[in-house]
Amino acid sequence: MIGMLKRLSKCIKGYGKETFFSPFFIALEVIIECIIPYVTAELVNYLKNAPVLEMATIAKYGILLVVLAIASLSCGVLSGWFCATASCGFAKNLRHDLYYKVQDYSFANIDKFSTSSLVTRLTTDVTNVQQAFMMLIRIAIRAPFMLIFALVMAFIMGGALACIYVALVPVLGLALFFIARKVMPIFKGAFRKYDTLNESVQENIEGIRVVKSFVREDFETEKFKKASGDLAKDFERAEKILALNNPFMQIAINTSMVCVCLFASHLIISTGGKAFDIGNYSGLLTYGIQILSNCMMLSMVFVTMTMSMESARRIVEVLDEESTIKNPENPVMTVENGDITFENVSFKYSEKAEKNALSDINLRIRSGETIGIIGGTGSSKSSLIQMISRLYDATEGTVKVGGVDVRDYDLETLRNEVAVVLQKNVLFSGTIKENLRWGDPNASDEELVRVCKLACADEFVSQFPNGYDTYIERGGTNVSGGQKQRLCIARALLKKPKILILDDSTSAVDTKTDAMIRRAFREEIPGTTKIIIAQRISSVEDADRIIVLEGGRIDGIGSHAELLGTNAIYREVYESQVKGGSEE
Amino acid sequence: MNKKPNMNMKGGRPKAKKGTLKRVLKFLFKYYKPLLCVVIVCLVISALVNSISSIFTQQFLTLITEGLEIYEANGTANAASVALEAVYPKIVKLVILLMCIYLTGLICNFTWTRIMAKVTQGTLNNMRREMFSKMQTLPIKYFDTHPHGDIMSHYTNDIDTLRQLISQSIPSLISSGIVLLSLICIMLYFSVQLFCVVVVGACLMVFMTRTIGGRSAKYFIRQQKSLGNEEGYIEEMMNGQKVVKVFCHEDACKEDFDKINDQLFHDAREANKFANILGPILGNIGNLLYVLVVFVGGALLLSGNVTNPISGKLLDVTIVATFLNMTRQFCMNVNQASQHVNSIAMALAGASRIFDLLDEEPEQDEGYVTLVNAAYDKAGNLIETKERTNLWAWKHPHKDGTLTYKLLEGDVRMTDVDFGYVPEKTVLHDITLYAEPGQKVAFVGSTGAGKTTITNLINRFYDIADGKVRYDGININKIKKADLRRSLGVVLQDTNLFTGTVMENIRYGRLDATDEEVYVAAQLANAHDFITRLPDGYNTMLTGNGANLSQGQRQLISIARAAVADPPVMILDEATSSIDTRTEALVSQGMDGLMYGRTVFVIAHRLSTVRNSDVIMVLEKGRIIERGSHDKLISEKGKYYQLYTGAFELE
Repeated sequence: MIGMLKRLSKCIKGYGKETFFSPFFIALEVIIECIIPYVTAELVNYLKNAPVLEMATIAKYGILLVVLAIASLSCGVLSGWFCATASCGFAKNLRHDLYYKVQDYSFANIDKFSTSSLVTRLTTDVTNVQQAFMMLIRIAIRAPFMLIFALVMAFIMGGALACIYVALVPVLGLALFFIARKVMPIFKGAFRKYDTLNESVQENIEGIRVVKSFVREDFETEKFKKASGDLAKDFERAEKILALNNPFMQIAINTSMVCVCLFASHLIISTGGKAFDIGNYSGLLTYGIQILSNCMMLSMVFVTMTMSMESARRIVEVLDEESTIKNPENPVMTVENGDITFENVSFKYSEKAEKNALSDINLRIRSGETIGIIGGTGSSKSSLIQMISRLYDATEGTVKVGGVDVRDYDLETLRNEVAVVLQKNVLFSGTIKENLRWGDPNASDEELVRVCKLACADEFVSQFPNGYDTYIERGGTNVSGGQKQRLCIARALLKKPKILILDDSTSAVDTKTDAMIRRAFREEIPGTTKIIIAQRISSVEDADRIIVLEGGRIDGIGSHAELLGTNAIYREVYESQVKGGSEE
Repeated sequence: MNKKPNMNMKGGRPKAKKGTLKRVLKFLFKYYKPLLCVVIVCLVISALVNSISSIFTQQFLTLITEGLEIYEANGTANAASVALEAVYPKIVKLVILLMCIYLTGLICNFTWTRIMAKVTQGTLNNMRREMFSKMQTLPIKYFDTHPHGDIMSHYTNDIDTLRQLISQSIPSLISSGIVLLSLICIMLYFSVQLFCVVVVGACLMVFMTRTIGGRSAKYFIRQQKSLGNEEGYIEEMMNGQKVVKVFCHEDACKEDFDKINDQLFHDAREANKFANILGPILGNIGNLLYVLVVFVGGALLLSGNVTNPISGKLLDVTIVATFLNMTRQFCMNVNQASQHVNSIAMALAGASRIFDLLDEEPEQDEGYVTLVNAAYDKAGNLIETKERTNLWAWKHPHKDGTLTYKLLEGDVRMTDVDFGYVPEKTVLHDITLYAEPGQKVAFVGSTGAGKTTITNLINRFYDIADGKVRYDGININKIKKADLRRSLGVVLQDTNLFTGTVMENIRYGRLDATDEEVYVAAQLANAHDFITRLPDGYNTMLTGNGANLSQGQRQLISIARAAVADPPVMILDEATSSIDTRTEALVSQGMDGLMYGRTVFVIAHRLSTVRNSDVIMVLEKGRIIERGSHDKLISEKGKYYQLYTGAFELE
């Protein structure tokens, strides 16, 4: 808790002045606001008691009051402005820190949080914490200040009578506190249920074709009605308790009114209006309402703060996460060649995982070789290649590139020399040129065309009306799957890597183009080590060697012809694709 | 299409249709008429109690002044007790009366707040339920033409704004209105002159609310836009985070992000500045007004003998003092009401969107032919049975009152079908096809060639002109949609699993399937193996559309789900696209066993999936360009041959 607040308070950086001035002016405003009724009371008393009314005195009071009101207004406005800057700045820093942190995450870190949860933390959670922060530097200051000053003023004005409030405040405060305490866990639970309910609606909308295909509309409706009804019951229970706030507040105000009436009138009359007067009387009532309504404010602050705690916790969790992959102290800055060696490598995705994703991998790949990898769903083909550019670290054993342990390289150097075209690949919103230049920001236009030709992408890009300036929509929805894959390959080629890895990157490309791309690789970048993961035998059959993976172990290595002769799995895959189905 | 919910809804200036408020109120009253009547009565009473206390204050002050006068007139040592004796009993009496009134107010307050908790949540619940059950009846077209995020936001944003409206804005507005109204009456009764002063202040407050509120609204709209922008950016980058890492593009991303983040900061700051200053400004106009009332009151007292033209009441200090409290109360209530104006506008816009959903045309269904389990009686006639017999029949009531049963065989014919999702763009041209009972019919073609559209017509997700599609010789428009769909098992490319256990997900296909039947179906789909290796086997919870499974595994489960339904006809739309070819061969063996003698439609990208079909239809731009068996098509050396030999790309 303390650590959490400490971490969050770092994000005030750059807005310290505003963060300080907002409560400062709020406090000033409160003081002035508390003085106004006092002066007014004086004025009322003057009007009532002065034997002869002088315009000058009245004007003096009047001007004083106007000045006070303007001062209070200025303080309020200033505080509001500072508060806006401080809280928005705080949120900005928070988002900044979160985003920067995620940029440093390794693949394992990203897996741990999942993309959607990271998005929520960067958006909704930040907004929640921002709200709480705003409350903290305004209302959370205003309310107790107001309470204290109004109480002080009530004492100055009403003397012992103000004790009524001193007695009432803790009673009301406790009542409100207990209501909040009681209600909060119910609300928390209910909000969680609410999220679940909305998720299930989302599921229903996404899966409406399934629902309708199986004629499950009524089933779904019943399920929803039950869940929604449950939720309503929880919320109702919480809100009924929360609704007690209002009558409690009312009781407190009413009690204070009645007490003030009884005691104050007695006091006024019995002292002949000397110790206490009508002005004091109405001032006391005003302060009373101020005091009690600020109790209410405080309880609201308490509820909001507690509610946003969860968001704060989720944010700090991201900020405190250590990247599992870090740059070494004295990194190797150059990659000699495209040799790859796996020595007794085992790998699991998390420490808790029971089974290894990869076990006992021993492998030597020479610079310039073309390697095919084939294996069923879940045979850890992707895991194997992701260790080469240190997207994940091996759990046991060592992976070497160019004869050096990958963990000794500067990360950026390594990843620039080992280009991976991921299976789940993405183009970003922007022009084709911009997307390609991810590979090399300084590449010339000719260079772009050259790599696109290599990846057989130029043929369709040059057909687009805007050519290389064609705008790619978010998620790359305006190019087909095959086109997207070819652009992604071109983007990776632009790095001029020593090792190029294609993770099922031509699955949507027709076999002919696929063959052309491979031929281009062979002819144009012969020195580059190429690793090709594929489902299609035709994509790997002309590789120098093919690795057959099964259940995270190497089942066989060899050329196409060798494997056909020796490896049962390879033969089966081959037969399922080439020789045809069940009729044979 | 599946963008995050609610971004675009907040952007524009919220606008509600006319009559929305009335409809919301109607909806409220539909379920809670008696309770709401109680609420209204209680609200009125407690608001009256609130404002009436000003009269009491004035009365007290009058009594106190009276007491003081007696005190001064007496002048002796026991003046205090004389004065007290004279007025204090009256004060006590008044206090007791006040307490009674307070108690009434308190009871009313307690009652209405508690009832409103029930009414609010109950109404939201009813609204949600009506929305959901309405949504289930809407045609697929609705879901295809509305961004899912927008539909979702009805359940989140719109309902939330409604909650605000029902639980806070409406009661608060009613109560503020009544308090203001009665305050005006009391003020007019006490002093018209001072009331005029208050009116001037009130006008100023309304004016300020409009100017500053308008300013702040402008920036809030901008803020929403930048927020949406930033959220979109974050979502895109988080989804592509692994690509960012692979390309060491982190620094460039940080730069881009900072720009967007600064823009959001700027807009948010402006919006909040204006929103934050409205409170102090209104509050201090209240303060100034307070001073003004004192001042004018003082001046009037000075000039002496000012009477109220309405009530004929003489202005005295007790009235001025009471007026001060009333001014404060008045300002507080105006302030409160002004804060609700915005949220009411928002809520009405939300409600109006909800009503749009409720007013959507539901899926039309004039079908009357139903699907029943059937068996042959001894005479060899089809009869209807209650239990599952693995035989199905169409129960066809005719106009003349007779009833015929027709065996379900799975014979599907389309003749000369033209179809377009929108009138301007025809996506299917002249499609004629027939699937004879027991045949495996495959569709091959590029994305957008119309493969899925054909299946959309078979299960009537979309409707076409009468009589063009016949199922076992029956015009499918005559078949009840639910029964038609029950006869068709569909496995789609985009697998959708629901939150629940693996077991529940497979059982979704047939709710009364036993555990054993689920196991058998899973084995058929070749899913049993991996399911038993999951942490809790069949009881493993799936969340987020089975996020912890691979795409291939999800497909296997959805095939098992269709298998457990054991449908007479099956449509497999790219159902095995993410499964490796070896596993696929095993799955298709299982499915072939299950569907032996039944009709199967297969759509696939991968030609190895469709090769053993009885008929393969090659579609291009909405037309069937080739049809025949694999061998026949190969020998024809047409498009299919090109595809098969890899000379052509399918996308």
